Amino acid sequence: MTYFPEEVVEHIFDFLATHRDRNTVSTVCKTWYRVERLSRRSVFVGNCYAVHPERVVARFPGLRSLTVKGKPHFADFNLVPHDWGGFALPWIEAAARGCPGLEELRMKRMVVSDESLELLARSFPNFKVLVLISCEGFSTDGLAAIATYCRVLRELDLQENEVEDRGPQWLSCFPDSCTSLVSLNFACLKGEVNAGSLERLVARCPNLRTLRLSRAVSVDTLSKILARAPHLVDLGTGSFTIDHRAEAYHKVMGNFIKCKSLRSLSGFWDAAPHCLPAVYPICGNLTGLNLSYAPAIQCADLIKLIRQCSKLQRLWILDCIGDKGLAVVANTCKELQELRVFPSDFYGGGIAAVTEEGLVAVSSGCPKLNSLLYFCNQMTNAALITVAKNCPHFTRFRLCILDPKKPDPVTNQPLDEGFGAIVQSCKDLRRLSLSGLLTDRVFLYIGMYAERLEMLSIAFAGDSDKGMVYVLNGCKNLRKLEIRDSPFGDAALLEDVGKYETMRSLWMSSCDVTLGGCKALAAKMPGLNVEVINEMDESDEMEENPCDLDKVEKMYVYRTVAGPRNDAPDFVWTL
Amino acid sequence: MEGGATNVSDPDNLKATELRLGLPGTDAPEKPTPANPRGSKRALLEANEEFRGKSKSPEADSNGQEAAPIAKAQVVGWPPIRSYRKNSFQSRKVEAEAAGFLVKVSMDGAPYLRKIDLKVYKGYKELKEALENLFKCFSLGELSGMEGCNNRSEYAITYEDRDGDWMLVGDVPWEMFISSCKRLRIMTGSEARGMRSSP
Repeated sequence: MTYFPEEVVEHIFDFLATHRDRNTVSTVCKTWYRVERLSRRSVFVGNCYAVHPERVVARFPGLRSLTVKGKPHFADFNLVPHDWGGFALPWIEAAARGCPGLEELRMKRMVVSDESLELLARSFPNFKVLVLISCEGFSTDGLAAIATYCRVLRELDLQENEVEDRGPQWLSCFPDSCTSLVSLNFACLKGEVNAGSLERLVARCPNLRTLRLSRAVSVDTLSKILARAPHLVDLGTGSFTIDHRAEAYHKVMGNFIKCKSLRSLSGFWDAAPHCLPAVYPICGNLTGLNLSYAPAIQCADLIKLIRQCSKLQRLWILDCIGDKGLAVVANTCKELQELRVFPSDFYGGGIAAVTEEGLVAVSSGCPKLNSLLYFCNQMTNAALITVAKNCPHFTRFRLCILDPKKPDPVTNQPLDEGFGAIVQSCKDLRRLSLSGLLTDRVFLYIGMYAERLEMLSIAFAGDSDKGMVYVLNGCKNLRKLEIRDSPFGDAALLEDVGKYETMRSLWMSSCDVTLGGCKALAAKMPGLNVEVINEMDESDEMEENPCDLDKVEKMYVYRTVAGPRNDAPDFVWTL
Repeated sequence: MEGGATNVSDPDNLKATELRLGLPGTDAPEKPTPANPRGSKRALLEANEEFRGKSKSPEADSNGQEAAPIAKAQVVGWPPIRSYRKNSFQSRKVEAEAAGFLVKVSMDGAPYLRKIDLKVYKGYKELKEALENLFKCFSLGELSGMEGCNNRSEYAITYEDRDGDWMLVGDVPWEMFISSCKRLRIMTGSEARGMRSSP
């Protein structure tokens, strides 16, 4: 083998785009390990408890970008107790000590305190990008610290976080010298916004391209902002109720027309149908549209809008669009790649909003479709088979039939064949969520065909342990498996314990796994944390001697080099 | 659209025109808003219990499947929608319900209109009394146009329904009335007589 000087090796490593590739080359030899670790600029930690923050920082002192994820995915649906964990502070503390050059921090489903945000703001002079997704534990005071101390901040992106409102002053904390913002998203904030501060901030940031406003921002303010920032590419409106005075309406429409670069629209809080025409002038340029927070807009008006969006690649919409509206999408949006249809009525029992017909129409009209999240009232095998044929390029396929365990309404059969067709046809499928009536058979198909599958979500499905075993045996690339309310027990759990070290995590809740089974798994695999989560109501007595035969309410298993957590709350037992 | 803009700071000064049982100038106790502790297990179950009554059992179990269909309302964390999304709709729903039954009341000859919340009343009798109170200052006397009408009076209470037609108040069941009523008008004089005399 020819030996290159280390600078050359480092330069070659620069061409490696993915974390996976860089991780791989670091295992070749000691020299490559050293070169790689010193030149590594970006690290992704998929599970914050898989490794100690200090170890990451020690290994990669030149770190500029860090991404950390905390709670398991099912936390989104209230299945993980509120104070389970996932704290950001240890990561920020470690980085503050070991990586002063940190520029970017991205966190998802973590508990971030104001204290940690303040530490973050003060510790990294070059800090540029903060992205928080589905996090909680902080208030607008924490944001004030970021605004005040991060002198070269480029991106502040807050997506769907629970943020405590302590007043609008945080926005005024951006100093007059702050002109570097490229992206600002505070759509999830619930409190008042100082319109004047916002306008001035926008006016002095000539590179601002993404701006997503919160519900408290009025159309008047939006109008003024558009006038100052016509170069926006991605806009989230604030409250989109335009009152009936013609002047305000024409003003905002006039300002929209000037935004020639606008490619993505979202927000539309409280939008009423008569407000939509204000955006018609720029619809022809849109590649992204999110109307999923505008329940007052019904099918007819949605159709009028969508008919003008021929370049749409990403559409998030409510199911009041109906099958009829989806047919219009199919006819108009030939470039569509991602579709998400959310339910407007969560508890079902309402009007049949979208069915299999809408999905079939879209699959037929939009050949580039590769990512789907679809909430519907019913689905048939025939429809899924057709969709599989029409769209073999799905990488993400998430179907949620609102009624758990609902069979094909036409044949009364389980949906095994339909989903089987999807996994067989879509060779690049990386993420799959199942619903409806399903037997072990669907898992046989998944194990057989879903070779690239990385994440699988199962709810109310399967008949026996065999189902889970098919998946564990078959899906070579499986990283995350999450299961709820399905009859899989200890036999399935313990069938192939080594498998879990090849995966990031396994979640099982309301299944048939017992405490004894979990203990056995923990005993066999010291490289895994087996967490049993038994949340008791205050009224229940804590069991003195939980029996091994007792079924476990919730179990979370993940590979780790950090050993058992030291911050686990009482109700989490690491076995 | 009545109660269109849901603006927190109450620009229409609804409070001043809100109908209350009490003298103007006194504050009636606020209606307690339902507690909404997010993320708490108990709250989720309670919220679900509201809907237990409304949800019907999904499919008829006619083909003898072993697994009983799950009553939708009782399942925690289903459908799989992020709390963030659920919460933003929840608050909207509460606002919509709060604003949905506010209707304007005009009286012929009166210089300004009033606004009332139809949900507050249990039936036509209470509504009639409330309207009498509201427009007392315009020497209304007793209002007619409803059951047990008083021949002395020259007023008729009418409402505009969803189709835009002006109807006499009192013909349809109360629940139907409040869901179809868009505004109220107290008619006077000859028009009123005309309405009363129709069968």
